[in-house]
Formats: sequence, structure tokens, C-alpha cells
Amino acid sequence: MRQNGGQMGSGRLSMKMHTRQAMIAYLFLLIPLVFFLGIRIFPTIYAFFMSFSVQGEDGYSFGNYVRLFHDPVFWKSVLNTFLYLIITVPLQLAFGLLIALGIERVHRFRWFYRIVFFLPYMTSIVAVSWVWRLMYDSNIGVLNQILKTLHLPQQGWLSDPDQALLSVSAMLIWQMTGFTMLIFLAGLQGIPRQYYEAAEIDGASKWKTFWKITFPLLNPTILFLTVIGAIQSLQTFTQIVNLTGGSSGTIGGPLNSTSSIVVYMYKQGFRDFNMEYASAITVVLFIMIMLITLIQLKLLNRNYDA
Amino acid sequence: MKKLKISNIIVHLLLLAGVVIVAFPFVWMILSSVKSLPDFFRFSFWPEKLDFSAYKFIFEETEFFRWYWNSIVVAVIVTITNLIFCSLIGYTLAKFQFSGRKVIFLLILSTMMIPTEMLVIPWFVMSSDYGWVDTYWGILFPGIMEAFGVFLMRQFMSGIPDDLLDAARIDGMGEFKIWWRIAMPQVKPALSALGILTFLGNWNAYLWPVIVTSTSDMRTLPVGISLYGTSDSTGIMWNTIMGMSTLAVVPMIIVFLFFQRKIVEGISLTGVKG
Amino acid sequence: MFKKGFWVLAVILITGILALTGCSKSSGGSDSGKTEITYWQYTFDSKVKEINKLIEKFEKENPDIKVTAQDFPYDQYNDKLAAAMHAGKGPDIVNLYYGWIPDYVKQDFIQPIPEDFMSNQEIEDYYIPMIQSQKMDDKYYTLPIAVRSLALFWNKDMFKEAGLDPENPPKTWDQLVADAKKMTKRDSDGKYEQEGFAWNVGGQGLHVIQQVLMRQYGVEPYSEDGKQVQWNDKPEGLEAFKFWMDMTTKDHIGDPTFLETPDTAFKSGRAGMIIDGSFNIAAYKDANAFEWGVTTLPVKEEGGEESNFGSYWTNAITKGVEGKKLEASQKFLKFLISEETQKDWLENVGELPAAASLSENKEITEDPIYGPFVEGLKDAHSTFFVKEDKERDIFLNAVDQILLNGTPVDEAFNKLVEEEQRVRDEYFNE
Repeated sequence: MRQNGGQMGSGRLSMKMHTRQAMIAYLFLLIPLVFFLGIRIFPTIYAFFMSFSVQGEDGYSFGNYVRLFHDPVFWKSVLNTFLYLIITVPLQLAFGLLIALGIERVHRFRWFYRIVFFLPYMTSIVAVSWVWRLMYDSNIGVLNQILKTLHLPQQGWLSDPDQALLSVSAMLIWQMTGFTMLIFLAGLQGIPRQYYEAAEIDGASKWKTFWKITFPLLNPTILFLTVIGAIQSLQTFTQIVNLTGGSSGTIGGPLNSTSSIVVYMYKQGFRDFNMEYASAITVVLFIMIMLITLIQLKLLNRNYDA
Repeated sequence: MKKLKISNIIVHLLLLAGVVIVAFPFVWMILSSVKSLPDFFRFSFWPEKLDFSAYKFIFEETEFFRWYWNSIVVAVIVTITNLIFCSLIGYTLAKFQFSGRKVIFLLILSTMMIPTEMLVIPWFVMSSDYGWVDTYWGILFPGIMEAFGVFLMRQFMSGIPDDLLDAARIDGMGEFKIWWRIAMPQVKPALSALGILTFLGNWNAYLWPVIVTSTSDMRTLPVGISLYGTSDSTGIMWNTIMGMSTLAVVPMIIVFLFFQRKIVEGISLTGVKG
Repeated sequence: MFKKGFWVLAVILITGILALTGCSKSSGGSDSGKTEITYWQYTFDSKVKEINKLIEKFEKENPDIKVTAQDFPYDQYNDKLAAAMHAGKGPDIVNLYYGWIPDYVKQDFIQPIPEDFMSNQEIEDYYIPMIQSQKMDDKYYTLPIAVRSLALFWNKDMFKEAGLDPENPPKTWDQLVADAKKMTKRDSDGKYEQEGFAWNVGGQGLHVIQQVLMRQYGVEPYSEDGKQVQWNDKPEGLEAFKFWMDMTTKDHIGDPTFLETPDTAFKSGRAGMIIDGSFNIAAYKDANAFEWGVTTLPVKEEGGEESNFGSYWTNAITKGVEGKKLEASQKFLKFLISEETQKDWLENVGELPAAASLSENKEITEDPIYGPFVEGLKDAHSTFFVKEDKERDIFLNAVDQILLNGTPVDEAFNKLVEEEQRVRDEYFNE
């Protein structure tokens, strides 16, 4: 296998070299290709086909989609999912940016702040969901006890259908803010100092400097975080299951007020074992995520040329 | 100068307020884990007296440490396979000339758009057919490689100068060795970022493991805690769950403190590059 | 060099993966001559412990059989079992709620009890009549160890504190409400600090409405063949349902979310009364914080119709178990349903023996704690469910609509009956 290097000038040799390179490339890519085709692409096609077959019936039809269209719980879950998106994404970005700006501002304890704010993102989602569930409990939870001590009306939190979605959202924001903060910090550090120096010489106020320099230069970061946040909030599942499931509640309850698309898919697919119907739900989710990704590509105008 | 200091103090105070809010659940978790169960129903802020029965229970009566082990096994294996495969694919796509290169790259990249949620149903059907349900292989096979990692590694591998590789070829080094010995050391920061992200992602994975595992022996940490929490046929054992959460969270925090610079850098890196 | 490195890596990876898959589960059973069988149940502390003890005993008697027990949270038990059965990784013997039998049979998860193992006649002779309702197409699919009925637990300390006679629990529903009112304490927000009655629907409340109140109000809840839901055939059905709902919405004697679950509320001495099964006796004994007593369920008027809800967890051999495993499974099943096990079960789990021969056992019927349950068993009806978990979800959802959304009771009730009927229609039409 030893190549005689150094003398590859002639066309034939370089041809040979090329074929050899290509062979090696295909060899390197063989297992990965099998994997991506077998574990990603093929199952996707399978799910599509499955979504067009109705459980207990032969052949393919739009049956599942028709049923979806008339399924109030599905629409409720879609609406909830959008609510999660609309509530959590702007807030986690706003908090993340504020904290990042604060940390940039101070000189001491930076590492301390950075670590503490980042902790929620690092830790096990399931574990902290249970902690929040305990804090939210309307009888033995610490939040209501604090309200009681302050002589404020106690709240239902997760047990009240009007508050449950907001309660779940609060925890989602708490968890994601550390991530947005970190990315914003990186973004802020990427802004050349000269810009600020120039602004200072011009006598621009801090406020103006932020809106004229910092914010526009952070735009790519904001877009990136919005897309990541949107996709993640469309897939919200673990937090909801652990905050609301169990025999003292129902997953996505009370009254489906916290149910998300994925939660509903899980219930249909792995509780009622109607995998065909669940597939149709995931196809809807797939389309939503694809739309967001395409918008992102358009906005970033990114080049994926190889 | 003085004015600046005051405003600095205000920023510190605001940040500290944020710290209190963000850290409170962790404090509450640890406090709750050393309360006795009746303490929960009498509600007291501080434990009336330290009660470690929850930990004793976890050690003696549950399979908590088995779940811990399962999580470690799965996360470590998947991290290793991702590091190897993603960098190999990324390297090949960045540094080799062959027809179909672009198609293959786009094919792999396009899988980034497919949500896991859509795949779990076919994966489950597949696992059922092949008998992978409730095995380690069943838990980890979907994660062996990720398109994101391929994308990341390709970006970094592109930055390696071709001359470096050609020089190695001239020295007669095999292609596999060139990748391993020459290319890999050049992208160490990217590798550590990818490793950290993959580990974290799999450590926290819930949807697929909860579907594909059934017996207690095979549960990963998140699944174990979650199912234990919902098995409240006679009321939720709050102190035990808080103990489990503490045991799951605190070691992670310690690891994080050790590697915080690396982790923070890694995540920032993907944020900027990705 | 290239080849060598690659193959070394590939071999390491593949063997690693194979080793993991291999060691994760040795699903075959008969290495070293032992037949391995698995038993699945839901997580219920006293039952899990008892089964482990029984297995130890069984394995000593049958050294050639190894039984592995697995338990799953109740909330996910059905899902996990269905998933495993679909994947062909189910257990050999499964412990299931009697209400799931029709669905399990329809899904082809379990096999009938073979004639040569125990004939229908033998089963009917051996067991009390209650279990005959599970017969489908003239076949029995499952054999229970024990049965359960409901009774009223009351907290004597709380009765005393409220100025009630601690030895005189309520006999009628109206008395129960009156007593409970005296024991209930709420703060200025209307939040409970203590409740008179651990009111619930998700626990046993649902069954009390369906099989106790309905009947006492003169409504036959289901048609004979189980195809019709008759709750709103007569106006009394709604009245019965409303009476139960009023307890929490108008009389304010209890709240279902108080201290997470009704049993926790009673266990921690913060609920004056609870309707529960004997299976919780062990848990209440453990709590040991106050004195309590057990009595039969209240009636509508003194001397009026007594009614109760009977239920049981039962055991089936799953589909596809054959040969040596079937033999071993049958042996284990026989061991589980033996009179000796049943007595042991009563003592450690608190569920009543299902064998007819033990139903007249003086030791049990005259016990101050078990007595009322045995008494209740005489008037016990067990609901024929077609899809228990779904029917239950519909019921809980209707109650949530009333409690959380303020839907009028009659509207929610009629919709509830309609939806329950639909589940039955779907089942019987297929």
C-alpha cells in the first residue's frame, strides 16, 4: 500500500491518485451512509407512509389527517405549543441579553455569575422538573407559602388550567436563559472594541450606543437563538410530562391545558398505541420545524456549498 | 468615577437578585431532600431536623445507582462514536475530492431538520422487530452519529491546510493515519465542544429512552427518576425524589465547575459557528 | 497501516456494541437447566415485597425454576406492557387489573387458562362468585389471588377534636357530610388546612359513584350485557352524581388536590374520613399517627340498600408462552392462588382471599379491620369495563370540567355518559 510519493506529476498518476482518493472517501463514508439512510432517512419516509394508513384499515388514505382536523385536543395542543413558543422565546432572549450585558458591565465575579446563571441549562431536566413541581404544589409548595406569609392570595399554579401553561413556561425560561446568556456573551465579545471607543469620542450616550452599535451587531446571534429557541419550544415534552404526569395528575393536564404537540403524539402513539395517528401528528410537527429552518436559511442566506 | 461605581453596584445587586432566583430551586431541592416526609405536609422552610432517611432509602431500596450507571454507559459510548464518526465524515467531506460529495453532505445535513419525535415511532417499530427493546443497544443506536456533529467537524476540518496533509502523504502515511494523527489534533477545540454537547444531550435524553426501556434494570437516570416520581400509588415520596434529584444534579455541577471554561467555550463556539 | 488501524477500530467498536447488547439481557431462559420465567406487576409497595417473598419460597420448592419479578409505576404499567407485548418482550405471567381483561384478550396479549390446568368448573368451585364476571366467550383468562371491596375509614382523633363521638362513624351519606363539615378547616383563601372527607374521584370515588350511589338512588348503572351505560336513563342518576360533586363544590368538605392524593391526606392525619380499599391498611398502619377505625360504606337512608364495589388484580399467562416455560408458569400460578398464599397475602397486603373456602373463615370475618370489608363483599358489584383506562380518563375529565372550568354539572354529566357509551359502542361493534 505504500505510495511512491514525490513523483505524481504525470496525468495518469494523478488520475490514479484521484480514483484512490475517491475509493478511500467512499470507504470512510460507507458506515455513516448506511446509518443516515437506515436510521434517519428511511424512518422518516416510513413515518410519512404510516401517517397515511389508518389503524385497522387497509390501503392509504387521508383518514388520520381528517381526524386530526376535527380533533379539538390536537388543536388545543397546537395552540399550546405556539403559546409556549411565543411566551418563552422572547423572554429567554430578553433575560439572557440583560444578564449578559450586566456581566459584561461588571469586572468582579464574572465567572461566578456566569456559572450560576448557566447551571439550570446544565442540569438534568427531569430532576429539576420535579423540584419545580414541588415548589408549585398548591398545598405544600413553597411559592404558595411565601404568598401566604405576605398575605397575598395563593395560586393554583399547575393545578389551575389558566395558570398551568404559564407555570410550565416559567420553568422553561428559567432553564434556557443560561444558554442564551452564554451565546450573547460570546456575541458581545465578538464586537470590536473600536466601535465603542469611536462612539465614546462622539459623545454618544450608553443607551444610544446600545441601540446603534451593540444591538445591530448582535442580530445574527439573536436570529440564531430565536431559531434554536423556537425549534426547542416546538418539541417541549420532558418538562410537561414530569410537571404534570403521574397518578395525581394527567400528562398535559389539567384539562389538556399544558399539552403540547409532542405530548399529544406520545399519548396517541405510546398510550393508545395508535402509531399511525401519532405519525400524522409528527408529520405536522416536521412541517413546522422545516418551515422555521427554511426561514432561517433564507434570513441567514447561508451557503452550504461543499 | 464615583458615579460609575454606584451604577456598578446597582448592576451587581441586580445580578445578585437574579442569582437568588436562579439558584433557589437548587437550594430548595437540597433542603427538601433532608426533610422527613411528614415535614412536607406540615410545611416548614427549614427541615425541623436533618433526616437522611431518603438517602438511606435510595441506597438500599431503589435501583438508583444502576440507572446512574446506565446513563453513564449510554452517554459515554454515544459520545465516543460521535467523536469518531462525525470527525471522520467531516474530514472526508472537507478534504477529499470525489463525485457525489455535495449530495452526500446535503443528504446528511438534511437530517438535521427531522425531529426526533417523528423518528421515535419507526424506531420503536424497528426495535420491536429486531428485539432491541429494553437493551443498551436499543437506547443508544439512534444517537451513534448526528448531522450537527458532521456539520461542525466539516467546518473545522476545512480550516486545516491541505499542504499539511499532502506532506504527510508524501511521507507515505496511510490515509487513516493522516486523519487520526494529523487532522484530529488540529481540531481539538471542536472535538471537545462536540464531546460536551453530545454527552449533555444524551445524559438528558428522555423521550426515546422512556419509550424503548421497560424493565427497571435498563432505565437511564432521567427515566428512572421520572417513573419513580409517578409511581405514587400512595402519595408522592417527595423527600426520596428530591434526594434522587440532588444526587443527579450535584455531581454534574461539580464536574461543570471543573470543566467550566471548556464547557462554556465549547457551547459558545457552536453558537458562533453553528 | 491504513487498513490495520481501521479494522482495529471497527473491531473494537463492534465487539463493544455486541458485548453491551449481549450482557444487557439474557433473554433466553434455560441455561444451566433452569427454566426462567418473568412476572410483571405494578409498583405497590406491599405487593412488591410480598411477591418477592413468595418467589423466594417458590424457588426453594422448585429449584429448577427461576422467577424474575419486575414492577412498573401504575401510571405507565399498561403502556409499558403493551409496548413490550408488541415488541415480543413481554413477561410470561402478568398481573393485571380485572378491568383490562377484555382489552387484553382483544389485543391478543393473554391466553386462556387451559382446561387441563384448571377447568371452568374447577375455577367456579374454587373461587367466590364475584370473579365469574370476567368470563369471556365461555373462557377464563385469569386467576386472582385476592379480591377487594371498599369501606369507610375514619380518624378517631379528628372526630374527638371536632366534638363528634369517635366510636360512632356516619351511617348515611347525609351524616357523613354533616360530620365532615365539622372537621373541615379552611383558611381565608378557602384553602384547606384540614378536610372532613378525603373527597376524590380519581381514587375510589369514581367507583363509589358508579356502583354505590347510583344503585342506592335506584339506577342500574349498566345494562345486563354491559353494552349500555344507563347512568342518565333516570333523573336519579344525575342526582346521585350531583350529590357527590356537591360534597366538594357546595359543602366544601374536601378537595381532591389537597396534599396531592387522598390517601396522603388521610395518612398524614389531615382528613377525617376516606373511602378506600383494604389494600391501604398496611400504609395506614405504618403512618401510625392517630387512632382510626373501619366501617361499612354509608347508605342513602338508614336501613336502605347497601352496595359496594368489588375489584381485583389477577394473573394471566401471556400469549406465546409454551413448552417448559408454560409448565413453569402454570406451576407458579398454582402456587400464587393457593389458599396458603391467599392467607399470607391478606396478612401482608390486606386484600381479601378470593377462594370460596376462605370467605366464611371466622378469623377473617370477625376481625375489626377486615370484617367491614368482608361484609361489603356481600353486596359488591364489579363494573364490567371494556377499556378501563379510557373510561376512567373520560370520567376524570368530566369532573375536571366541572371543578376547574365551571361547566354545569348536568351538561358535563350528559356528555360524560355519551362519551362512555361511545367507548362501549366502539368495543362491541368491532
